[in-house]
Formats: sequence, C-alpha cells, structure tokens
Amino acid sequence: MEKKKERAVVYKQQQIAAGIYDMWIQTSIALQAKAGQFISVYTQDSSALLPRPISICEVDREHERLRIVYRVVGKGTAEFASYETGHCIDILGTLGNGFPLEEARGKQVILIGGGIGIPPMLALAKELKDATSVKIVVGYRNQELFLAQELSQYGEVYIATEDGSAGTKGTVLDAIASNGVSAQVLFACGPLPMLRAVKGYAEQAKIPAYISLEERMACGVGACLGCVVKTRQKDSHSHVNNARICTDGPVYLASEVEIG
Amino acid sequence: MNTQITIAGVSFKNPVMTASGTFGSGMEYAEFVDLNTLGAVVTKGVANVPWEGNPTPRVQETYGGMLNAIGLQNPGVDVLIERDIPFLKQFDTRIIVNVCGRTQADYVEVVEKLADQPVDMLEINVSCPNVKHGGIAFGQDPKCLYDITKEIKKKARQPIIMKLSPNVTDIAEMARAAEAAGSDALSLINTLTGMKIDIYKRCFALANKTGGLSGPAIKPIAVRMVYQVSTAVKIPIIGMGGIANAQDAIEFLMAGATGVAVGAMNFVNPYTTVEVVKGIEEYMEQQKIANITDIIGCVR
Repeated sequence: MEKKKERAVVYKQQQIAAGIYDMWIQTSIALQAKAGQFISVYTQDSSALLPRPISICEVDREHERLRIVYRVVGKGTAEFASYETGHCIDILGTLGNGFPLEEARGKQVILIGGGIGIPPMLALAKELKDATSVKIVVGYRNQELFLAQELSQYGEVYIATEDGSAGTKGTVLDAIASNGVSAQVLFACGPLPMLRAVKGYAEQAKIPAYISLEERMACGVGACLGCVVKTRQKDSHSHVNNARICTDGPVYLASEVEIG
Repeated sequence: MNTQITIAGVSFKNPVMTASGTFGSGMEYAEFVDLNTLGAVVTKGVANVPWEGNPTPRVQETYGGMLNAIGLQNPGVDVLIERDIPFLKQFDTRIIVNVCGRTQADYVEVVEKLADQPVDMLEINVSCPNVKHGGIAFGQDPKCLYDITKEIKKKARQPIIMKLSPNVTDIAEMARAAEAAGSDALSLINTLTGMKIDIYKRCFALANKTGGLSGPAIKPIAVRMVYQVSTAVKIPIIGMGGIANAQDAIEFLMAGATGVAVGAMNFVNPYTTVEVVKGIEEYMEQQKIANITDIIGCVR
C-alpha cells in the first residue's frame, strides 16, 4: 500500500470530553485506511517539526473521510484542537499494518480500550462482521465516557473508571472480572500498564491478544529506528529483536513482544 | 546548467545526498522519492555485526529540531551486502556506505567486507554521540582520529569520508588530523550532544539521557563549521546540519561544501531531498549560474 503525504481539509471538529477532540478529515488517504492503522499529522508551527502519530478512529470510504479522536497533550495537539471546518491539514498515511481481522473470524472477541486507546477500537468494532460475538471493555478516568455510546452499536460495552464514577471502579481488567466477560481472542489499545495487564490476562486465559503499541517516533515510515519494541522473534529490519512499531506494528501478538 | 560535482574522483550528478541514519538504506523513502534524482544515498551506519541500539524512548522533539539516541541499531554489514546494496544498485545514484564500529578492528572488518562491493565511497562514523564505546571516542581526539583514519585508509578499496563531530573544541584541528592521515573527504556535522528533561515525570526524556541534536536549530553552527573546516583543509567537504530547503543547501555550498546532505528534515517532509535538488536548479537558472562549482566556497 502506498504511503503519501497529502494536504487534507478539516471536514468538522468538536470537543467530546475534557481535552479530547473528534476531527473528521477530508482526504483520499481514507480510501486505503484500515482499522488499527494511523496517520501522522503535521503542525503548522515550524518549531514543532515532527508529525504527530494519531490512530484512525473511523473510516468513511464513500465520502473519503477519516476520523481521528485525540487528546491534547502538548503544543502540537493543542494547535490541531484549534482547527475549524475548512482548515488545511498536512497528513502522512496510511501508516502501520492495522489489526488482523481474520483472527476474529468465527470467534468470541473482546475489544479493550483504555483512555486515548479507545478510538481505534471503534474503527475495529465496525470491521468485525465475522466475529461470533463482540464485547467491548473500555476504561476511562471519569464519567466522561467518550465514544462509549457509539461503541454500543457494535457490541455489549463494559465500562471501568478510575474514580468509580461510572461502571466498575478500577481498570479494564477489573471490569472484565466483575462482569465475568470471556472470549477466544482479545484486541487492545491503551496505556502501557494496561497492555501489560492485558498481556498477563491473555497468558493466563491461554488466548491470543493483539495489542496496539505506541512509542515516540520521528519518521513514521521505518527509517529512523526510533520507535522500536523488543520482540521474541528477529525483527525484519535489523534482525536484533527490535521491531519498528511504525512499520512492523503497531499491532503485535502480545506474546511476541516484551513490554516489561 | 551543470549541477555535477566531483569528490575524490567520484562524480555525482548533483550535490544532494542523504545524511546517514535519516534515510535507512533508501528503501523506506523510495515510496516518496525517485532515488535516481539524488546525487547519492548515504546508508544508515553499519557495523561488522548487528547492533541492538539503545532502549526507548529514542527520539524527542525539541524547538526547531529533534534529539535522537538510536544507538546505531543496524543489521550488520552482511545484511547490507545481501539486501540493501542490491536494492540501491537498481538506481542511478551513487552509493555511500556509512561505517560504524566499537573498535578499530570492527571498522576495518566492515571496510574489508565492502572492498569488492559496488559501493562508491565509505563514510566513516567516528562521531556518533550515542554509543558508549567507539563511535565518538575516535572523533574527539586528533591523535585517535589520525590513527584510525590511517588504518582504515590502508584497507579501504573505496575513497573514504571521515564524518566529523561538532562536539569538539576545534573542529578544524580534527579536520587537519583526518586530512593528514589520508582521508579523501570530510563530512560534517554529526549531531550536537543535547539533553531534554520531562518536568512532569522528573526524568530524562530520552532513555539514553543524552542524544544528538539535529534539525534546523543547528544549521548556523553547521554552516560556521563547514566554513571553518573549508579554510583549514584542501580535501572536499560534504556539509550537513538542518538543511530543509535549497536555500539552506546553497548556504553550505557557499560556505565551502562540495556536497550537501539532508538529514532530520527527511522525517519531517519525505520529499525534502528532491525539493532541494529542484530548488538548486531553479536558483542556478535565476542567478544565471552555469556550473554549480562556481558557487562552492564563494563566500570568503
């Protein structure tokens, strides 16, 4: 699949929770986008050089639009949050390989999203037509349950909140335990401590877990070797068990990666 | 209009190259850039054996630049010979292999393995700030630099380019040492050692604590050093450090560089190299410059 840098246009944007923004982008890159892939978004501030890798939340191929839902964490994302309809936005994509949808075929599936790891789960949930059942476990800081309503169209949603203001108090693993949710395969995206816990849970349950990783990256296309993760197998580039998250991932079988 | 340049007997269709470590071995950017349009592709540093590199985070953005501490992760020279050189041979561009090592013997082993390869030049990385042993240790002491240059020059079948570190008191002294030992050309600058601290986590932003600063933020330093070195030695210079467009590249040429390399900006705009090639041609046409060599070192 071809990667390209394109000047796209903001179709619409709204804030959906504290610090969380929901942006639709008009771009031909949508035609090739898959769940679990990401795009790199450039700032217009020339002091902030590197593009920001942001996961794809939804793909509308018919209208050639991509949706990203992101958290404002620094000056780059703060700039993106100020964009209004019609604003030009430079993006590079599509990057990464996406989720292996074939692994969900004929299986009971749990999707697990934590915080800003929830958005890619929406794109994935929409694509899981061949799964026997889809359960969605999402973890939030508080009762600002962004995307939960939309996710419920695609499967039963179980909620965990750090402050206990909605659903199970605690983590996504606590929500899985307290609701007695089980499955034959897991897909997860979220903060590293959550992914470690998911990896441990999958090992115990003896089921495969596909986890989407993130890391500081520069190029996004596999050249800089910035965003690596330790792998059990030799990686395709350097053969030193350090795979590039941007090009070999970002989704890995949890048992294949060492995430501490 | 003639954009051709010659370095140590090797001719290049234009002076625009890629800076080592920012372009892989060309494969990753071939989707964006027609490699045939470039003067040369300079590969990511390669050692005698595969190197794992440093822990993550390995990169951080800084104001107008970036810090990296990749630690020279590379697959080793055997994979380069088997996979990357044949890939690059498909294109009409010069191939420069960047060589790294922990000991003098490591460098020599790589250079010897490359002896019969279709490689045009070797760039010797004695200036990487991110590896604990070797690397920069050879590039910060004129005597060490002289010795390793002499040793490599004895074994190398291709002309060699010693890549100099800016993390020294007097880069001209280093340049003279490399020239005296027989280096055919010089490239500069490698990255400047820097640091970033995460004030919320109260820790270093890079796992390696320090990293190499690159990008537009370092360009004035690089231009100054290229000028300084060009007045100190007679061998040709490949200039680099924050080149983002043709204007930047022309500054380096006027400061005394025969070739120029695009580094960190490849990460920002994957089309930078071709834009620089095109921009130089436009500038030459506009300024009625017949030969690019007419402007090399023209500011004195």
